[in-house]
Amino acid sequence: MAERPSQPGAELARLLFLGLLGLLFLMPYIWMISASLKPLDEIFRASLNLIPEGGGTLRNYARVLAEVPVAQYLWNGIVVCAGILLFQLMFAVPAGYAIAKLNFPGREWVFGAVMLGLLVPHHVPALPLYVGLSWLGWLNTYASLIIPSTISVFAIFLFRQFFKALPDELIHAARIDGMGELSIVWRVIMPNALPAATAFAIFSVVAHWNDLFWPLIAVTGHERATPALAILYYRSEEAGDDFGALMAASVIMTAPLVLAFLLAQRRFVEGIATTGLKG
Amino acid sequence: MPEAALPARALRAPASQARGARGEALAGLFLTLPAGISYVLLLLLPTIAAVLLAFTDYELGAPDVRWIGIENFRELVDDRGFVISLRNTIVYVGIVAPASIAGALVLALLIEATTRGKALFRAVFFLPVVSLPVGMATAWQYLLHPTIGPVNAFLRDVGVAGPAWLTSSDTVLLSLAFIGIWEAIGFNLVLFLAGLTAIPRELHQAAEVDGVRSAWERFRLVTWPLLGPTTLFVVTITMIRSVRVFDSVAVLTQGGPNRASEVLLYTMYTEGFTFFRLGYSAAITLVFLVIVLGLMLLQTKVLDRRVHYG
Repeated sequence: MAERPSQPGAELARLLFLGLLGLLFLMPYIWMISASLKPLDEIFRASLNLIPEGGGTLRNYARVLAEVPVAQYLWNGIVVCAGILLFQLMFAVPAGYAIAKLNFPGREWVFGAVMLGLLVPHHVPALPLYVGLSWLGWLNTYASLIIPSTISVFAIFLFRQFFKALPDELIHAARIDGMGELSIVWRVIMPNALPAATAFAIFSVVAHWNDLFWPLIAVTGHERATPALAILYYRSEEAGDDFGALMAASVIMTAPLVLAFLLAQRRFVEGIATTGLKG
Repeated sequence: MPEAALPARALRAPASQARGARGEALAGLFLTLPAGISYVLLLLLPTIAAVLLAFTDYELGAPDVRWIGIENFRELVDDRGFVISLRNTIVYVGIVAPASIAGALVLALLIEATTRGKALFRAVFFLPVVSLPVGMATAWQYLLHPTIGPVNAFLRDVGVAGPAWLTSSDTVLLSLAFIGIWEAIGFNLVLFLAGLTAIPRELHQAAEVDGVRSAWERFRLVTWPLLGPTTLFVVTITMIRSVRVFDSVAVLTQGGPNRASEVLLYTMYTEGFTFFRLGYSAAITLVFLVIVLGLMLLQTKVLDRRVHYG
């Protein structure tokens, strides 16, 4: 708030307060990693030592890797997130372009439908989607995890806003060059929409890597379990009260996104807070 | 960049110019078709079906379905479990929303005022927003474990007997709300930081020239009114996000002990996917939808009337 250089005392107090609170915020991560490196008897002694006695052990991680198909879970997470994102872009980018830049009958209706769709949380269509997928016999497949999320009205809305700001001359020039509308979308519009597409991609991947609600409905069993489900299964079937192993499993499944966030912090914040307005 | 993306095929220009309005209309329809089909199949029809289901007695595997009007809703009113669930959800939102909003605002003002470490602090507080909620919930399960958890171990060291945070009906909702605040604060913080950046610095200087000396008065007279639109937005989005609490309940308490942490979406999930009473579950979904729509309506109403600065 202060425009002139504020007193060094106030600045120090602020930094100290923020630093202590920040440390408190990180406690779940610190203890999770610490416990994952401790042998079980040390965890049960409930000491407040963060550093494991004797330098710690990787046995918990070895146990998790030996007991459950970790690579399969992570792969499932990647396939599901990539599949969802691919379809979302394939559907939303052309639609966003058409609503923003083309005159066609019913355009207002389409845009109205998009706005209406923004009002509905994804939990609402879940029951009928479950019945439909179960009737088709598609539960427990990648398809059942991917298909319900392929339409993102939010993506259509976002791209429509972004494309509206692009100059019409860009499109006219492409038309004069004889390009069809579909190649205009992918070869002229898309390269210019990369900032919006990146932000949306981060938003989408974070949302679906972290989602528990839909995978819990669509999947039973390990074969197609996503990272979120994998932790639940591991706790109920293998780890039980062994918090060392459970924390190791949680670290493994949480790490990919957290590492990505630490590497591209600014983009993540932009992607989720400006894109994630829908919540 | 645009030049690079354009192949120079000027020879075909006359043809494309002649294409005209009909070509554009066809292209528009063609490009919206894939999104349109998936919208109808995956969002519109299932949502309508969910609304209709709420007025039936449909159960998965049952031989027939009957239209029973508002019978499900009548049952909801008398269902002690549902009433507790609705009340718990309101209490949860009532704790998480104000605490995470006020906390985020204070943090945003402090971070905005510091000269160093801005990006670091923002990253630290934002970390829970991107972390796998199920993974972090298990970390909280360990932290809050009554006997071996570090929180109670620390309390024992200072001579206090810590409660059984997640397994006692007195503290379970409070513990879940605390986790909810921890998850929500970074998201709100980033929105507030964006709002603060948009306030011109000259206004603070002008206020100071006009004799507004204390930082608190400057906040009250300048920052707070100008932050109005941001705050309103943060309030509604936080409420909508926290009404949807599900993961922490599903991982940590399954609604227990004794329904003390039963919340709307978790009740909807168990009725629908554990007991397969889809009609009844759809009725709960409808209640959930009405609450979310109500919050959105509130936002647009207040937004129309009050927002003077954007």
